[in-house]
Amino acid sequence: MKGMTVKVLVTVLALALGAVALMGCGKGEDVIKIGFNLELTGDIPKVGEASKFAAEMLKEDINAKGGLEVGGKKYKLEFVYQDNEAKAESAVNAALKLITQDNVVAIIGPNSSKQAIPAGGACNDNQTPMVSPWSTNPDTTKDRPWVFRAAFLDPFQGPVAANFAAKQFGAKTSAVLFDIANDYSKGLAEIFKTEWEKKSGAGTVVAFESHGTKDQDFSAQLTKIVAAKPDFIFVPDNYNQVALIIKQARDLGYKGPFMGSDAWGSAELMTLCGKECIGQFFSTHYAAAGAQGATKEFIDRYTTKYKYVPDDVAALTWDATRLVLQAIQEAGKIEKDIKAERKIVRDALAGIKQFDGITGTMKFSGTGDPSKCAVVVQISPEGKFEFKESVCPQ
Amino acid sequence: MQKHTFTISLFVGIFALTVLAQFGVINQYLQSVIMLMGVNIILSTSLNLVNGYMGEFSCGHGGFMCVGAYVSSVITVLCFSKNQILGAPLLPPSLALLAFPIALFAGAAVAAVAGLVVAIPSFKTRGDYLAIITLAANYIVISAIDNMEIIGGPRGFMGMNATVNGMKGLLDIPWMLLWVLFGTVFSVWLLRRFVTSTLGKGVPAIAQDEIAAEIMSVDTNRMKLIAFMLSSGIAGLAGGLFAHILGYVNPHSFDIMKSTEVMVMVYLGGMGSLSGATLSAVLFTVLLEVLRPLEIWKWVVIPLLLILLMQFRPEGIMGNKELSDLFPKLKKFYSFK
Repeated sequence: MKGMTVKVLVTVLALALGAVALMGCGKGEDVIKIGFNLELTGDIPKVGEASKFAAEMLKEDINAKGGLEVGGKKYKLEFVYQDNEAKAESAVNAALKLITQDNVVAIIGPNSSKQAIPAGGACNDNQTPMVSPWSTNPDTTKDRPWVFRAAFLDPFQGPVAANFAAKQFGAKTSAVLFDIANDYSKGLAEIFKTEWEKKSGAGTVVAFESHGTKDQDFSAQLTKIVAAKPDFIFVPDNYNQVALIIKQARDLGYKGPFMGSDAWGSAELMTLCGKECIGQFFSTHYAAAGAQGATKEFIDRYTTKYKYVPDDVAALTWDATRLVLQAIQEAGKIEKDIKAERKIVRDALAGIKQFDGITGTMKFSGTGDPSKCAVVVQISPEGKFEFKESVCPQ
Repeated sequence: MQKHTFTISLFVGIFALTVLAQFGVINQYLQSVIMLMGVNIILSTSLNLVNGYMGEFSCGHGGFMCVGAYVSSVITVLCFSKNQILGAPLLPPSLALLAFPIALFAGAAVAAVAGLVVAIPSFKTRGDYLAIITLAANYIVISAIDNMEIIGGPRGFMGMNATVNGMKGLLDIPWMLLWVLFGTVFSVWLLRRFVTSTLGKGVPAIAQDEIAAEIMSVDTNRMKLIAFMLSSGIAGLAGGLFAHILGYVNPHSFDIMKSTEVMVMVYLGGMGSLSGATLSAVLFTVLLEVLRPLEIWKWVVIPLLLILLMQFRPEGIMGNKELSDLFPKLKKFYSFK
C-alpha cells in the first residue's frame, strides 16, 4: 500500500515535469505577444492587480479596433501574465519563462525593485526588452541596454519633496521617519536629508528616525521627533504605515504638517487613515483628482470598470505598455524571427526621445530612465488626491 | 558492476543535462527551474538533519542561507567585479573558476559558524523554546544586513555575474547548472555519509530520548553542535549557489517565508528521510512552477494539497523511510558506504 502511494506520487511528479516542458508551446499567426511579470500574489498583490487591470483595459481597447497597426497590417495583441509571487527568484523564473516558453516580444514589469533588478538581469542577458513601470532603484536599468522604466528615480523625488515643503510650509527644520528595511523608503529618506541640509544648513534635519517593516507602534520614534519640534515631518513610507504614523503623532500632540512620497498614493490610504490625513501633501507620479485629457479619460474608465480609482502603478503600467506598443509600431515591421523582432523593438525603444504618457511627458536620453515631472498633491476633505503643483527636472 | 549503476547514472545524468543545456535543448527557463530545484534539495535535506533526524524544530534556515549567500557574493564581487568597497577587481577573470568554489566554501563555513548562534543555546533548551531562538537567529541575520550600508543594506547586493561570466570566458558551458548539480550531489552525499556513520547515529538517538542517549555515552552537546553547524553550513552553500544563479541578493529573499518554505519541504517529504526530502523539494519546486498560471488560486491549491497530504499521510510522503526501504530491489543498483 505504501509502495502504491509512492508510485502514484512519482508518476504525478513525472507528469508534472512533462507539463512544465510542454507549457507555452503554442504558436499564433498575426499576433503580437507581450509578457507581464507581475506581483499577483505575495506581499503586494494590489500592485500586481492594478497593473494587470490597466493592461487588460489597454488590450481590449486595441483589439476592439482590430489590433495594433504595424507597417500597414493589423496585429491582435496577446498579453501573457506571469505571477512572480513578489519573490526575486520567482521573478527571474517568470521572466525566463516569458522569454523562452511564451516567446514574447517584450516584458512589462516587475514593478518592485527587489524583483525588477534580478529580472532585468535575466532580460538583458537574453536580449529581450523589458520596461518596469514602477521600480525606482537605479540598479534596475544601470548598464543594461535592454531594460527601461516609466517612473522617475528617487534622486529626483527627494529634492521635489524638500523644495516643495520649504516653500509651502515656510519650514526651516524638518524631521524624517522612514522604514529601514525598505530600500525605497531608506533611499528616499537619505536623499531628502542630504538635499534639505544643502538648502537649510547642517543640523536642520532635527530628527532622523527609522522603524522596521512590520512595526505597528511608532511612539518611541515619534516622541523623539515631536520633542525636537520640527516644522514638518517627512514620511517616505508605505500607505499602511502612514496611516498609523499620522494618528500616533497626533496623539502625541504633534500639530504640524506631514509631507509624503509616491508610496502614499494608494486607494487604501484614506480607508485606513480617515480624517487625520486630510490636508497633507505628497509627491507622486500623477494626480487622479482634477486630471484632464487622456489622464482623466483613463481614470474615469478604470473607475467604472474596476470600481476604484486607479493608483499610480496602474497609470504607469498603462504608460509602460503604450511605450512598448509605440516602439513596435515605430520599428515599422514585424520580423518572423523572435530574436530579430526583439532587437528592432529594443532599438525603437531606445530611439524614442519623447513620449506623452498619462503620467506626464517622459524624455529619454539613452539611459533607459525617463526624465519627467513629478506632481505634488494635497489630500482634499473628500479624501481625493488633488493636484497642487507640478515640479519638473531642470 | 551492477552495484555502481546508481553512481554511474548520476554522473551520466549530470553530463547529459549539461550537454542538453549547452545545445539549447533545455531552454533557459527549464535550466533555471532545475537550478532552483537543486538549491531546494540542498536546503530541505540539510534542514532535515535538524528537524527530521534530530527531532528539533528549527525555523530559521533562511537566515543561514542568507549568511552563505552574502559571504560568497561579497568574496566573488571583491575578486571579480568593480565595486564600491575596493574599486577595481582584485583578480583577473581567468581565475574565476578556481575562486568560485573557494568562495562557496567560505560562505558555507561562515554560515556554519553562524549556526553556533543556535547550536549553543540548544545545549540547554529544547522544543518550542529552541524554535523561538532559531526564529530570532533568522531575524538577527536579516536586520544585521539591512543595517550594513557597505553591502547595500535593504537595497540588496549585486555584481556576481562577473564571476559567472569569467568562468564562461574560459569555456562557454552552463557553469552554474554544473555547479548546482555538483553542489546538490555533494550535499546529499555528505548528509548521507554523516547520518549513516557511527558518529551520526547519535543524532537520531537524541531525537528518541536525550537522557537515554547521554547514558549510552552519546556526547549530546557535541552531536548538537555538529548537527546544527553541518545543517547551517550546507544551507550556506545553497545560499551561495542561489546568489550566483540570480546575480542579485536581497536580505528579504531569506526571511521567515523562505524558512517556512524549506520547513514545508521537510515535512512534506517525511522527517528523517533523505530521499523524502529530495523528492519533496523536487515536487514543491515543480508544483510552484506548474501552478503559476493559477495566480492567486495557487495559494489555495498548494496549502490544500498539504492539508490533504497531512490528513491521509501525516508522516509525509516517505515517512522516515528511504526509497530503498520501500523498493528493496533498488539496493542492487548502488553500494553506499
